[in-house]
Amino acid sequence: MPDLYFGATDEATDAERAAVAEAIAGFGPVVVRESERLVHAGRARTVERRQLLLPALHALQRASGWISPGGLDHVCSELEVPPAEAYGVATFYHLFTHEPPRADDTLHVCDDVACRLFGAVDLIDDLRAEGHYVKASPCLGQCERGPAVMVQRTGRDDLTVTAVDGGRVTTAEVAVAIDTATSTPSVTLPQAGSGDLRLLARVGVVDPSSLDDYRAHGGYRALEAALAMGGDRVIAEVTASGLSGRGGAAFPTGVKWRGVADQEGRPRHLVCNADESEPGTFKDRVVMEGDPFSLVEAMTVAGTAIGAEQGWLYIRGEYPVATARLRHAIDEAYAAGLLGGDVAESGIRFDLTLRSGAGAYICGEETALFNSLEGKRGEPRNKPPFPTTHGLFGEPTAINNVETLVNVLPIVQMGGEAYAAEGTERSPGTKLFCLSGRVNRPGTYEVEFGATLRDLMDLAGGLVDGSELRAVMLGGAAGSFVGPEALDMPLTLEDTRVAGASLGSGVVMVFDQHDDLVDTVRRIAEFFRDESCGQCVPCRVGTVRQEEVLVRLGRGSHIDDERDLLDDLATVMRDASICGLGQTASGAIRSAIELGLLDGIAATGGTEGEGSR
Amino acid sequence: MNETAVSVSTMVEISLDGESVRVPEGSTILDACRREGINTPTLCWAENLTPVNVCRVCVVEVEGSRVLVPSCSRKVEEGMVVATDTERVRTSRRMVYELLASSVEMDRAAPEVQAWIDHYGARPERMGDPAEIATQAQPVKVQDDLYVRDYERCILCYKCVEACGDDAQHTYAIATAGRGFGAHISTEHDVSLPDSACVYCGNCIGVCPTGALAFKTEHDMREAGTWDESRQSVATTVCSFCGVGCNLELHVQDERIVKVTSPADHSVTYGHLCIKGRFGWQHAHA
Ligand SMILES: Cc1cc2nc3c(=O)[nH]c(=O)nc-3n(C[C@H](O)[C@H](O)[C@H](O)COP(=O)(O)O)c2cc1C
Ligand code: SF4
Ligand code: SF4
Ligand code: SF4
Ligand code: FES
Ligand code: FES
Repeated sequence: MPDLYFGATDEATDAERAAVAEAIAGFGPVVVRESERLVHAGRARTVERRQLLLPALHALQRASGWISPGGLDHVCSELEVPPAEAYGVATFYHLFTHEPPRADDTLHVCDDVACRLFGAVDLIDDLRAEGHYVKASPCLGQCERGPAVMVQRTGRDDLTVTAVDGGRVTTAEVAVAIDTATSTPSVTLPQAGSGDLRLLARVGVVDPSSLDDYRAHGGYRALEAALAMGGDRVIAEVTASGLSGRGGAAFPTGVKWRGVADQEGRPRHLVCNADESEPGTFKDRVVMEGDPFSLVEAMTVAGTAIGAEQGWLYIRGEYPVATARLRHAIDEAYAAGLLGGDVAESGIRFDLTLRSGAGAYICGEETALFNSLEGKRGEPRNKPPFPTTHGLFGEPTAINNVETLVNVLPIVQMGGEAYAAEGTERSPGTKLFCLSGRVNRPGTYEVEFGATLRDLMDLAGGLVDGSELRAVMLGGAAGSFVGPEALDMPLTLEDTRVAGASLGSGVVMVFDQHDDLVDTVRRIAEFFRDESCGQCVPCRVGTVRQEEVLVRLGRGSHIDDERDLLDDLATVMRDASICGLGQTASGAIRSAIELGLLDGIAATGGTEGEGSR
Repeated sequence: MNETAVSVSTMVEISLDGESVRVPEGSTILDACRREGINTPTLCWAENLTPVNVCRVCVVEVEGSRVLVPSCSRKVEEGMVVATDTERVRTSRRMVYELLASSVEMDRAAPEVQAWIDHYGARPERMGDPAEIATQAQPVKVQDDLYVRDYERCILCYKCVEACGDDAQHTYAIATAGRGFGAHISTEHDVSLPDSACVYCGNCIGVCPTGALAFKTEHDMREAGTWDESRQSVATTVCSFCGVGCNLELHVQDERIVKVTSPADHSVTYGHLCIKGRFGWQHAHA
């Protein structure tokens, strides 16, 4: 490592120093015994310390409301990171700011696809008129009760503020929430009380802060069973269950776990992907807020099964309530001997570290997530090599979505074959769906695979009065639009694939005849433009050009004049981008064109007008 | 960085544009293309830097792969079937040039860049009126007498960052900051180069493919319209400042040294120098 050069003229404040010390003290150096970067002889210590960069930046931002030059220099000298690189990392994330704060509280107000149907753009204007410092935000994962607000605070815990029961949150309610420092309580589950729930069975029933209550509701029996079975059996059951990933790519979980377990002799990692930032997605939040111990238990089952001694829970930075509950659950599990050097007296070590993201959809992409955890910019890596052999710190890593992991609890308890008997042959088990938009009871629903789109919408109380179904956004912004003709399509992996759609992260967002879909589609294009990491040309420039076309369309330019360009942009992004973001950034837009949703657009007036940028 | 000698005896057989060819294990598809004389455009790749595979202009079709793959970083595998000149490949390469040229100034890029733009028939103007679409237009950064940074020419190939960091200089004065279309090369908090860790080795200039980083001499001459490579000669010498033995290439126009480079394949420098070799000649003119 060269001698680092520190140029800032300002010194870190005492508050900043204290905050950074606290953020990096609790963590013993993670033992990185093998890493690609270790070839730089003597840099091992740097590699170990650098993974503390993200928590240290969070500490700075919270302490003084921005990443001050003096504070950044201090972090860099503590962690031995070159200041230019740390600045590059800090400026990657939307929740870090680089100018002195304008207010103690920053209100991140969602103006994304679902919330803008319900007055988000007006809410932003109203809050600004009342003197709040507001930033428009991509989806905050609260779409069932939007518009949503995330209050980022200096020196205090962040808050989530939404309407409590239907309707739109008022500026007065936002002000009260800030004054009393209270987040809006977690949602009540529309299916609460139904005996059919499996993944959601404890949500709203169990006390999310109590390990005892969790045990009283069947908690930690799966871990007991898993430890008795041994790792290979657990993996065999998961394979037999046919469980596939719920984070979007639907990769068979058992195969992934076997791949990592087979890397015997190398240090291995388990990572839970709780970055949940796909517009329209909020299912993982519901599980984490309502039943946080289940995720801790599931990670312990997974980690001990694949021989990973270190687990990482990477949760998006905009989930303050879920984060607090998970932190508490992890502490309780450590105190009860269910995590650490001797998990439940099995002699097996499994440590669990929670890390918060800082406002970057791309960090949900698995290799970007690894880079983010390592204290680098959240830029995806080229694959191959794949995470099972070269993941976090270049070491074998199993990374799974929250919903994927909690499925493992019933699988271990009932056996893989019994699990596979439910759902359909190719899509066994149950699935969480996130319903939002023009349905009577938006929310997270759990159904056995095989239910049709119509079944789901009926479950959600059907369309609101006066609504006619125009289109459904299926699978998120990275998914596609389907029209009324798809109502009887079973929402399985195989049926959606045949239809050229995908379940993605389980988004079912319903639009009616009054909704301005040109505006919706333009907002999707804006989302990808804003969230591109900027690494590769097709996506960095392509998403910009794509959004420009949609803005032109909104202003009356004709689709036929833009089609060639849109097609070429779609082709290069899909074919030549590094990661899934660029590869899917044109999918929803193309499907909207194919369904004719953008036809005759010059005539349609927006219900909301253009979102603020 | 540089392929350590792979046992020469292990060869891999692949199909390249319909021909069956044998290449050493560990080669990239690009290596194979070069061996076979298949001309392939590159922008972010350089023989003396670790591949970052971000520009995507070198993509090829590989059977079994859903998307195109970057030939500069993908290693050959036994039985791989590669096509380098299909409709899909041509479309993506053309689009990469159209996207880049619609957002950054490419007129000082190496001549082969313009040749490839012509070859693929790229028409950046169809992206829209330059006054209405987003571009990287911005003022040039002139902060000292040695070199300028003209980031409206930057294609974000990461080469300068690599040259300043792990691949050569280990100074880490510059890095990529921001994200998306706002991503850019920066010092910490965008401080000027003299206030940064920069030691003026000029290695970043040496690798920049678009003229975004340039010797002040070259920049000034270009602005004045006096830069003329056809009137330049290159003299090779060994740097006399210390005993390391770096090869220097002195570019001379009108009997004045106008810039100094080092050959990328030189076993001592791999193209990289220090401030003395790179800029010490300025004293010769003082
Ligand atoms: C741009 C992008 C964003 C993603 N975001 C998430 C996310 O927030 N949560 C998630 O679980 N997977 C996300 N994924 C998918 C992950 O890369 C990965 O496939 C997944 O975490 C694997 O877990 P699974 O097999 O359990 O689904 C994203 C992928 C891409 C390309
Ligand atoms: S596709 Fe987009 S998000 Fe993915 S690596 Fe390329 S620029 Fe980054
Ligand atoms: S001149 Fe040398 S030290 Fe300065 S930025 Fe360029 S590579 Fe880095
Ligand atoms: S300044 Fe030059 S070398 Fe650096 S990223 Fe831009 S184009 Fe590449
Ligand atoms: S929270 Fe606003 S769209 Fe999801
Ligand atoms: S040269 Fe291969 S991606 Fe840039």
